[in-house]
Amino acid sequence: MELYILLIFMIFAAFVAIEMKDLFSSVIAMGAVGFALCLAFLIVKAPDLAITQLVVEILCLIILIRATMNKDLPLVIEGRWVFNTMATLIFAGVFLFFSYWALKELPNFGEPLMTVVRKYMEEGADKTGSVNLVTGVVLDFRAYDTLGEAAALFAAVIGIVTVLRKTGSKSHDK
Amino acid sequence: MINNSKSGMSLIVRTVTGLVVCFIMLFGIYIILHGHLSPGGGFAGGVMVALSFVLLVLVFGKDANATRISKNLASNLDSIGALMFLGIALLGFAQGAFFRNILGKGSHFDLFSAGTIPLSNIAIGLKVAVGLFAIFLALVILEKFKEGQ
Repeated sequence: MELYILLIFMIFAAFVAIEMKDLFSSVIAMGAVGFALCLAFLIVKAPDLAITQLVVEILCLIILIRATMNKDLPLVIEGRWVFNTMATLIFAGVFLFFSYWALKELPNFGEPLMTVVRKYMEEGADKTGSVNLVTGVVLDFRAYDTLGEAAALFAAVIGIVTVLRKTGSKSHDK
Repeated sequence: MINNSKSGMSLIVRTVTGLVVCFIMLFGIYIILHGHLSPGGGFAGGVMVALSFVLLVLVFGKDANATRISKNLASNLDSIGALMFLGIALLGFAQGAFFRNILGKGSHFDLFSAGTIPLSNIAIGLKVAVGLFAIFLALVILEKFKEGQ
């Protein structure tokens, strides 16, 4: 029940973030979505994800607020707003219609327990030595994924530092 | 740590930050080191350590002593973290497989247990902390750069 209240709140906050004229208020509404997602992770008993979501959300909010603090971007609302609104409503209706039939077929949360998951849950603590099963899976059973994730973050840092460098960029030399 | 440079926030914020920031960093290191015992891990703890440095930059300004990290040092530390993780993965070849847990497992609920998992956590934490702080610094420098034009 609390989960559905949080989900409705998140959808409402996302609409607010889209429709808000002020860029700063829009960023704050995005932060509300992120923190509600953190609470939702806590309700479905995933504290690892909740901690990560909380700290990453704070970092993203700080960067976004610093980026949008003193900027006032003009909002373009003229043009074919009738067509845009109609298309959005039609696609939202189609999506909700099909997702209703698709979500009715889903099994309940956490059951039936899959074979791989049952093996991990029974033998994971003994095989990896890690009491926290999430860390055991992430850094032992599925360590390849973590290596790829680390490589992706490394590439992102290299890209940002390269794009935003001072020495050698053309606009700085002028 | 409290300096009188022009950038930064008021005296109250500076004092409270000076008292609190070491505990934030300590909590991040705790999350990293206890990743195999309690919720959290290298990524979350690394972001917390990076956030403590971000707090220093926001409060004391970009030119504070504690946050003046050169780009070479940042890229070196980032590479060291990535190479440490890859080296731990390659260590598994000593027993025949990539990412094999070659160290002793120890007993459950001990800090020194779970073989190479705490070492991987430390490597990922170092990498994430330095990498995210470098991204933040690059964006802050870009902001100043655009204002100067």
